[in-house]
Order: sequence, then C-alpha cells, then structure tokens
Amino acid sequence: MLHPNSNAFTAESTKAIADPQLQEALGVLRTQSIPNRLKAANNLAEFEQLRDRARDLKDHILGHLDQYLLQFEEQVKSSGGQVHWCSDAESARQTILKLCREAGAKTVTKGKTMIGEEIGINDFLAENGIEPVETDLGEYIIQLRHETPSHIIGPALHVTKRQVEETFREHHTDLDAGRSLEEPAALMAEARAKMRHRYFEADVGITGANFLIAETGSTVIVTNEGNGDLTQMLPKMHIALTSIEKVVPTLDDAMTLLRILPRSATGQELSVYVTFSTGPRRQIDPDGPKAFHVVLLDNGRSAYLGGPMQEMLRCIRCGACMDHCPVYHAVGGHAYGWVYPGPIGAILTPALVGVENAKHLPNASSLCGRCESVCPVRIPIPKLLRHWREEEFTRAITPATQRTGLGVWAWFAQRPAMYRLAARWSMRILRWSAGARGRFKSLPLAEGWTRHRDFPAPQGKTFQDQWRARSRR
Amino acid sequence: MSTDRDRMLATIRAGVSRSVTKDMPKPAPVIPRRGQLQGRALVELFRKQAETASATVAEVARAEDVPAAVAEYLRGRNLPPQIRLAPDPRVEALDWKSQPMLETSRGASDGTDTASVTPVLAGVAETGTLMVHSGAPTPNTLHFLPETHIAVVYADELVGTYEDAWTQLRAKQGGDLSSGAMPRTVSFVTGPSRSADIGKILLMGAHGPKRLHIILVDAKRPTH
Repeated sequence: MLHPNSNAFTAESTKAIADPQLQEALGVLRTQSIPNRLKAANNLAEFEQLRDRARDLKDHILGHLDQYLLQFEEQVKSSGGQVHWCSDAESARQTILKLCREAGAKTVTKGKTMIGEEIGINDFLAENGIEPVETDLGEYIIQLRHETPSHIIGPALHVTKRQVEETFREHHTDLDAGRSLEEPAALMAEARAKMRHRYFEADVGITGANFLIAETGSTVIVTNEGNGDLTQMLPKMHIALTSIEKVVPTLDDAMTLLRILPRSATGQELSVYVTFSTGPRRQIDPDGPKAFHVVLLDNGRSAYLGGPMQEMLRCIRCGACMDHCPVYHAVGGHAYGWVYPGPIGAILTPALVGVENAKHLPNASSLCGRCESVCPVRIPIPKLLRHWREEEFTRAITPATQRTGLGVWAWFAQRPAMYRLAARWSMRILRWSAGARGRFKSLPLAEGWTRHRDFPAPQGKTFQDQWRARSRR
Repeated sequence: MSTDRDRMLATIRAGVSRSVTKDMPKPAPVIPRRGQLQGRALVELFRKQAETASATVAEVARAEDVPAAVAEYLRGRNLPPQIRLAPDPRVEALDWKSQPMLETSRGASDGTDTASVTPVLAGVAETGTLMVHSGAPTPNTLHFLPETHIAVVYADELVGTYEDAWTQLRAKQGGDLSSGAMPRTVSFVTGPSRSADIGKILLMGAHGPKRLHIILVDAKRPTH
C-alpha cells in the first residue's frame, strides 16, 4: 500500500457509513475493545504510573536515539546477525529482495508487520516471483480478500464472521464444498490446517518487531497466535522488519512497555507470546533459523526528531487511540487511506507521506481528547493534530473558503467588542428567521451540516454574555 | 560514498542535538507490587493468573509424580498417550517407564507430535507467565508446534516479576546477556495460543498449542 488515498477521506467516509457490514463489524469497538482495556487498566494498581514512566522512557530514548541504535547494531553483530539501515521504502524493499534471493526463496512466510505494509513488501515480492504468505489469521483473511489492514492490531476488524466463511469457501476449493463452517472454531481450524505446511515450505520468514533491545541486540515480537514464532523459527532465514524508534535500552526497560502494551491493545495482562530473538540459531541448537537480519527503516521518521512532532515517535502501536475514537468508530480504518488509521494515523500519515497528501486527516477530529486520555505513552494527539492544521493553513493547503472563513473569524476575534456585537446580532437573526420550529432544514454556508441533520437555532444569550452574568454572581 | 546508514545517523544526530529530551535521564522502573510475594502466596498468584489466561495447572508433591500427572492429564482429555520430551534432565531424568501406556520420544519437533513436555526457565507469578528459551536441551519447536504443551515448573523456578525472571536467566548465562549470551529465543508464554481475528470472537489454538498445561512440582528438582 504505497500510494496514499487519504485525500479521498470524505468520499470514503460517506461510503463507510453507508456500509452495513462494516458498521456491524465496528460495533465490537464499543462492546469489547473499550471495556476490555478499562478492566485491564483498573486491574493493575500501577497502571497510570507505568504510563508516566513509559512516556519518560520513550522521551529519553528519542533524546539518545543515535547511541541506542549503534549499541543495538553492535550487539546484533556480536550475536551473529546483521543490521541493514534503510532510509526509505525502496531501499528496504531492495534489501529484503536481495536477502530473499541469497536464501533462494520461492515462498516467504510473514508475521504481522505494519512496516511491511508501509513499504508495500507483499506486492513487491510477488512482482519479483517470490510468494508472500501471511500467517497471522487476520492478515491471512485480508490477503485472500485482496484488502489492506483496517486496524493496526486487528487487521481484519472490518470483516464479519459471515464474510470470512464466504472468503474461505471461495479460496479453499480443494475442501469439501458441503463442509459446515457455521462455528467460528471450524473457520480457525481450517486456517490452521491450511497454514501448517506453509511454515515448513518457506525459505525465509519475515516478522515485524515491537521493540529492539540495545543491551542484547534482540528483536521482540508480541503475538497471541504463535504464528510469528513459527514464521521466524522454521525457515532458514529470519528477517525482522522494523523502524528506528522501536529501540529500547535494556531487557528490563522493555518490560515497562510490555506492561502497558497488551493491556492497552487487547485488555490482556500479557499477550500470549512475547519473544526475544537474538542472532541466528546457535551451533548446538536443534532448531531455529541459520541467518538473522534486521531491516531498520527510517522512511522520514528521523526528520521529526527534535521538532514539534517528536512526541508522535513515542507510539508503541497499541491501537487504543482508534479503539476509542468516535470518528474511527463511524468510518473504520480504510477511509483514512494509508497504512496507519485512526488518531495516530491522522498525525503519522501527514508526517510520512506529506500533509498535502493527507489534508483531511488532521481535520477529521473534534479534538475530543479520548485518544490522548487512553494513550499508554501519553502522546498529546489533539495538540499534534492542531500542529498539522496550522501547517495546512500556513502552506495554503486549507481550501480557500475555509481560509476566508477563518480570516473573517480572526478579524472579529481580535476585536472583542465587535465579536460580542456580531455574535448577539447573528443569534437574534437566526432565532427570528428559524420561526416557530426553532430549526433550519438548510442554511447557507452550513450545507455540510444541514445535509445530514437540522441546524438548531441558538437559544438564550451568547456564551460570553452568560459567562459574564455568572462571573458577576 | 554516503550510505543509508550515514544519512540516517546524520539526520538522527541532528534531531537529537535539537531535541528537548536530549538531557532527559532514563526513568527508574515501576515494578508492580502485585508480584512481590513469597512462599505459598506466590504459588497461588501464579496459579490464579495462569488459569485466568486459560492455562490449566496441576500440582504434584514430588518430581517422581510428574509422569503420572502427565498420563492422567492426557487420559482425562482423551488425548493420544504420546509425548515428545525435551532432552533436558529436569524432564528426561523422570521415570517415564513408570507409565507404560505413555509413548515417549525425545528432541526437536517436526510438527507431527501431538504433545510436548518441557521444562521452563521461570514461572512468573505477576501474570501467570512461563519463561522458556531455545537451546540444545530445550528445542524451541517443542514450545510451539504440538497441539498440547505440558510445562513442568519446579517451585524454586517460580518468581514474582518479569525482572526476577531476567535475573534468573542472567545468573544462568554468567551474569551478562549481551554479546551473544542471550539464547536465540527467549519467550514469555501466557496461556495457550488464541485469536480474535474472526469477528472478534476469542478462540483458543490459532497456530501454536491449543492447550497449555502446567505441572507445578512443589519440591526440589531432580539432582543431576
């Protein structure tokens, strides 16, 4: 998924809201994701304190990123692996292709990796005659459906159980057409059986990495299915595809982040498998890969260090911000048009593909602040969204009508007496012209609102008048 | 010629030098009080947490009782009486012949084994987690390929927190885990494999073991 489609956000959102299957699928965010996280957070007395420490730890790391990356590289080398520094997607793709060719790869199994999505590795490998096989159940489902992940933790969140059944019947044509797939367990058993021999066939296993440990040169994956472990254990080469901001100083430091990541992501105390991989198999080991490579992607991240957007690099990809976002609840992940959806996507996408290619995303928020209130590393997402809005205004990416509107508003805002007068008069005019109904079916300059619902005429006094009256009391 | 590495490091260094967090010290860790327990309370917490994560736990008094407990577990679930043993004295040295119905084999798994029996490096009470690692006596395939994973945990391997578990591993590997002293893989395992990727319905046994059974041995491990 290389080319962002984020400028189609408005059109895609309209489609998403009208899609009953998607709306059904998104219901679980309210019924499961939110309560699960809350329960896990309440279950650990030190949860809020851990969030503070995690924030401080990530800030410390970002302020010493060069040192930790160099230490990580040295440690990977001394345990028999190799680090490949890749400044952009093309460099990462070419590096992976070269490694796969060295391994004589025909098929490559893949654990879940969002960096893989970011560099479009699947299509690229396929174009070069190497078959990529997604092993995570959700990724497998969407690979069959030729779709992209709609959530960073649950890539097939947008797919209903019924649709999974249809997809499996369409693709697993070697199986008995009359088989029952009514039970979800039957669907999972079928996927498990289909995947088993693919792990053994693969020449290379590509995984992501949630963390990199500078102390030991380890890459860390956090999974529930065990597919990531099989992916990196059975082929002769393991490639961990990751990005620069994922390094942490020590094994113990990783545990601070691991105490908040699963709780924030799925509401689990700990994900089922947290695996630290260091170098290739040792000489005496009876299993494991013979070669270990780390592909370390920058893709524009380093430019944001030391600037007003640095805090976005604290993200540990838990997905809590999207689970709690009313906009994501309404439109799902695909409308965002690139790899990372939801609130974090609305700040990362402009950063990584250019704000001109993602101009709606920072505006698709009421700045309600739910994302920040659940972010395990306390990223001030609303503040960072406002940064992009300002940038859009400064660079004249904001449409002319909005700029004019904001200009008019700013003129009044700088003249408080005029502002009060104008507010009072427009309220009176609105109230008078709304008549007895007290509502507008349509209103000039507010069609975006009235197309979907009535606009209520303002009641009572202006906010400022009320504020004054109350302050006097 | 400047490489990607040079370019990336140059941009990172420039960013770091401007960063408001460049003088920020590394914060001290917060270790949850929950796991800071001793004796029976530690065992109880481990058990409760492991069961919450959908593992099953049995307790036996002595190491000699483990083979019978394994046979009983498999029989109770109508599973084939076949086990693949980790070639580790903590498992291998047990008297498996005492269970004539059990068919045993040893070594790494090729994916055809239905059940494995392995030792662990540590059991972490904080979340009912097992710490396992790859190595000649503990092939990693045994932890992930069979449908049933039976882990033997000796009482003196139980610790309260993740940090304690790393301390155990550090001690075993000579104090320092850098420069290749880490095993190829170290895994924290909490319950059996699962997925909620089909309609957000949580199901056990996605790609890894469908069942995780923990046998807690309340005595010192066999001497070797």
